[in-house]
Amino acid sequence: MLAYMIRRLILVLPVAFGVSVICFLLVHIAPGDPLTAIMAVDATAEEQAAMRAAYGLDRALPVQFLLWLGNLVQGDLGRSIATGRPVAAEVWRAVQNSLLLAATASAIAFPVGLLLGFIAGYFRDSWIDKTVTSAAIAGVSLPNYWLGMVLVIIFSVKLGWLPAMGAGPAGSDGWAWDWGHVRHLLLPSFTLSVVPIGIVSRTVRALVGDIYRMDFVQALYAKGLSNLDVLIHVIRNAAATALSVMGLQLGALLGGSILIETVFNWPGSGMLLSNAIFQRDLPLLQGTILTLAMFFVAANLVVDILQAAIDPRIQRS
Amino acid sequence: MTALLELDRLNVTFHGEQTIHAINDLSLRLEQGEMLVLLGESGSGKSVTLKTLLRLLPPARSRVQGGITVNGADILALSGRKLQEYRGGEVSMVFQEPALALDPVYRIGDQIAEAVRRKKGVSRAEARATALDMLRRVRIPSPERRMSNFPHELSGGMRQRAMIALALACRPRLLLADEPTTALDATVQIQILLLLRELQKEFGMGVIFVTHDIGVAVEISDRIAVMYAGQIIEEGSTHEIIRDPRHPYTQGLLAANLHDAAPGERLEAIPGVPPALDAKPVACSFSPRCPHAQPGCRADLPPVVSLGPRRHVSCLLAQQDIAAQ
Repeated sequence: MLAYMIRRLILVLPVAFGVSVICFLLVHIAPGDPLTAIMAVDATAEEQAAMRAAYGLDRALPVQFLLWLGNLVQGDLGRSIATGRPVAAEVWRAVQNSLLLAATASAIAFPVGLLLGFIAGYFRDSWIDKTVTSAAIAGVSLPNYWLGMVLVIIFSVKLGWLPAMGAGPAGSDGWAWDWGHVRHLLLPSFTLSVVPIGIVSRTVRALVGDIYRMDFVQALYAKGLSNLDVLIHVIRNAAATALSVMGLQLGALLGGSILIETVFNWPGSGMLLSNAIFQRDLPLLQGTILTLAMFFVAANLVVDILQAAIDPRIQRS
Repeated sequence: MTALLELDRLNVTFHGEQTIHAINDLSLRLEQGEMLVLLGESGSGKSVTLKTLLRLLPPARSRVQGGITVNGADILALSGRKLQEYRGGEVSMVFQEPALALDPVYRIGDQIAEAVRRKKGVSRAEARATALDMLRRVRIPSPERRMSNFPHELSGGMRQRAMIALALACRPRLLLADEPTTALDATVQIQILLLLRELQKEFGMGVIFVTHDIGVAVEISDRIAVMYAGQIIEEGSTHEIIRDPRHPYTQGLLAANLHDAAPGERLEAIPGVPPALDAKPVACSFSPRCPHAQPGCRADLPPVVSLGPRRHVSCLLAQQDIAAQ
C-alpha cells in the first residue's frame, strides 16, 4: 500500500508540470495584449515598451516561463495587473470561499446522491427507480444557473426568506458560522449540489443494478445470507467506483462554478476567474487556473489512494 | 429411510417476452451419501434444476411447480430465516466459475467465516478457525496465507478449492456442484474431481454433480441421470448407463465421445439441435433428432419404462423392446 502511494505521488509530478506549462501557454496563446487594458489609450511606443519590460513580457517565452515557474515554487504567483495586489493572496481568499461552497454542496449532494442511487438500483425497474432516474436526469439537464435564478425568485424575491447574493451580511468581511452568514450559503450550495446529485445517483444506480446481477451475489444468497448481508457486500463492491465519481465531482466543484458564483455574486474562485478574464489580468488568470488545476490533481490523487485502500484489485494494475 | 432429496414432477417456467418451459415434469430421488451426475448439453435444464433446489431463481420472473423435499422437509414452503438456514446449511452449492462466484473485494477467510457465523452463530475467532480448517481439508497450499488473500490473488484451481471449502464449511447434507471443473485446466480438473469424491466420502454427503462431459461423469458418479429438454430421459447406475444405454440420445452421447475414436475418423455427432422450450412438450422432445423415431414418438409423450428398481428410461422403443421379450 505504501509503495503504491509513493508510486502514485511520483506520478503527480509530471502531471503537475504539464498542467503548469499548459496554464502558462494558454494565456499566451489567447489573442490580445494584456497590457492594453491598463495602459492609457494614447501611450507612446516607448511607454508601452517600458511597461512590457516592467512585467517581463519583453523576454523570450521560455525565459518568461522559467522565471514564472521559479517564482511559483516559492509561492509567488506575481501581482495582479488590475489591482496590483499579490495574486496568491487574492486566489487564496477566493479559493476559501469556493471551498466552503463546494464542501457544503458536496455534503448535500453525496449522501443524497448515494442514497437515491442505492434505492433506485435496489428497486431497479420499479416505479421508485423510474421516479429517481427521471429526477436525476432533470437535475443533470437543467441549467443550474437558471435553477439558481428560479430559486432566487422564489425564496428571495417572493418569500423573502433567504438573501439573493453575497457571502455574508453587508459590511462583513470574511466568513463566520452564524445564521447571518450561513443563510447566504444555502441557496448557492443547494443549487450547486443538484448536478452532482444527479450524476452520483445515476452512477450508483447503474453500479448497484449491475452488481446485483453478478454471479457472486447469487453465491452469497446460496450460502444463506440475508438481504441485508448481501446489501453490505454490494455496497462494498460499489464503494470504489462511487468514490471515484464523487472525487471527480468534488474536483469540479472545487473549481468553483463561474455561473453559480456570478448568479449569487459569491466571491469565490469562479468569480475571480471571470473577473480576470474580462480584465485580461494575465498573472491573476494564470494563478487561478493553476490553483484550480492543482486542486483537481490533488482530488484525483486522494481518490486513487482511497480506491486502492477499498478495492484490493486496483493496487496490482 | 427417507430419501435425501426427492423431486416430484417438478416444473419450472420463466416468464418474460416469451415463456420458457425450462424443466418439465422432472422426478428424481437421491439417497443419503449418493453421488449423482446430471448429464446433458447446454440448455437442457441442469443448472436450472440446481438453482431451483436452492430457491435461487428470481421469484418475479419464474414459476416453480411440483414438489421438492429434502430430508422430508418441503423446500418450496420455506421463507425468510428458514430459507436462509436451509441455503448453505442443509444444501450448498459450488459454482461453475469460482472467479465470478467469490466476492472480489472480500478476503477468502472472511467469506468462509461469514457463512459459518451466520449458520452456527459462533464467535468471530471460532468461525475463522473453522474457515482455516476447511482450507486445510481442501488441501489448498499454505492455508494460513490464503485466509487473507483476495480471490484475484489465487489461481483458478485454488479458487475452486476455496469455493468448495466455503460450500462445505457448514457441513451440508447435500452438495450441488454446477460444472465445477469446466472452467479449469485439464490437470486441475482431475485434482478437483478426486478432491470432491474424497470429501463426499469423508463427510458422507449426497452430491448432485452437473456436467456435460461424459468422461467426468464416469469418473466421479455412482449414478447418472441424463437430461434433455428439461426432462430426465434416462436414469440408472453409472455402470448400467455406460454398459447398456437404452435411450437413443444417451447412445448418441456415448458414441460422440472421443475415447474410442480412431485418428482421422469423423466423430459421430447427433444431428440437429435441441428443441426450443417455448411450449411444454406434448411428444418425445428428442424425436426430431432420433434415428429410430416412429410415428408414435411424435404423437404422444414417451412412456417411462422401468428396467429395474432405480433404472428408468423415457422411450417408446424401450417399451417395445420389453414387450418383444
